[in-house]
Amino acid sequence: MANRIASAASPGADIAKDPPSLRTLFFAFAKMSLSGFGGVLVFARRAIVDEHRWMTAEEFNETFALCHFLPGPNIVNLAMVFGARLRGVAGGLAAFAGLLGPPLFLVTALAALYGHFGQIDALRQALAGVSCVAVGLLASVVFRMMSPLLKKSDVLGLAVMLAVFIAIGLARLPLAEVLLVAVPLSLAVAYAKMRWAR
Amino acid sequence: MSGDDNPIFQLFWTFALISLFAIGGAVAAIPELHRVAVDVRHWMTDKQFADAFALSQLSPGPNVLIVALIGYSVAGVAGAAVATIAMCGPTAVLSYFVSRWLANAREARWSGVLQAALVPLSIGLMAASAWILGLASDRTWPGFVLTVIAALVASMTRLNPLWLLAAGGCLGFAGLL
Repeated sequence: MANRIASAASPGADIAKDPPSLRTLFFAFAKMSLSGFGGVLVFARRAIVDEHRWMTAEEFNETFALCHFLPGPNIVNLAMVFGARLRGVAGGLAAFAGLLGPPLFLVTALAALYGHFGQIDALRQALAGVSCVAVGLLASVVFRMMSPLLKKSDVLGLAVMLAVFIAIGLARLPLAEVLLVAVPLSLAVAYAKMRWAR
Repeated sequence: MSGDDNPIFQLFWTFALISLFAIGGAVAAIPELHRVAVDVRHWMTDKQFADAFALSQLSPGPNVLIVALIGYSVAGVAGAAVATIAMCGPTAVLSYFVSRWLANAREARWSGVLQAALVPLSIGLMAASAWILGLASDRTWPGFVLTVIAALVASMTRLNPLWLLAAGGCLGFAGLL
């Protein structure tokens, strides 16, 4: 599917001359966010690359890769970086507010309902069913991300993955301490592999 | 942690700190959110945490909004807003400066190594999230089976996940889990 999107995209050369207004940015991100069930990335790509043509597929991938390896929620970072690229700091803030404001409002309303009615048996049972499925969905995302490592039989990558899983999931160690060990280790492995490949 | 600390400040510092270590996005940070909210601060129970995750998946928007639900359970509407801003604000500012800096000095080779290094890490973190949430959610055998079926269906079809979530809600409502 990524290829199809890439070939359908055309560069938006006129964006630099005539960037979208702050209001347009706010509403565009609010719309992506509100249509994004179980993650906004797919909708963000569709809106930014295909619908508005604010970025080419390559630019989008590059920006997202940057936001993916910076800390914090990826899609929020993307909104800030993207908005700022088009309209400076104000643009970043408009995209940030559009992405987070409306769904925050919704989720707070849900939290209030849960606070009032969360103890009712029927509702508790329904929510328990939803959370069983939500865990299954998350597991499927993990499988999907893992499959390239399995296909390449990337033993070192899989070992790092397993070590992190054991340290965080089973031993329940604090994230900061695990990352202090795992990030340098994983970087060394990746660097060595790159040297080898040449 | 002193008892008379303002909960709003506690929320802010807790989430701002966690966000700086949230490599691989919000879902990868779930084990740490769980550790802090359930085991360290005792803001919520294991079950409430699983419910918060379920609610955050039921509502549209970025997955990071689970922190709004944690914040709400600590300090109401203000807690929800503060938790969200603390979890998203500092790292968004950091991203802004890094992207500006990278626009001047492109180091494509390093970004390749970084990515190769961080992908296995974030998969491991997400697998740990699934494990911890599974322990909190799948308290019965039918529940566990439902999780496995949902994982298989989501892996093998392109069915909109909302249908699966709704089906889970109906099964639970019917008292089958």
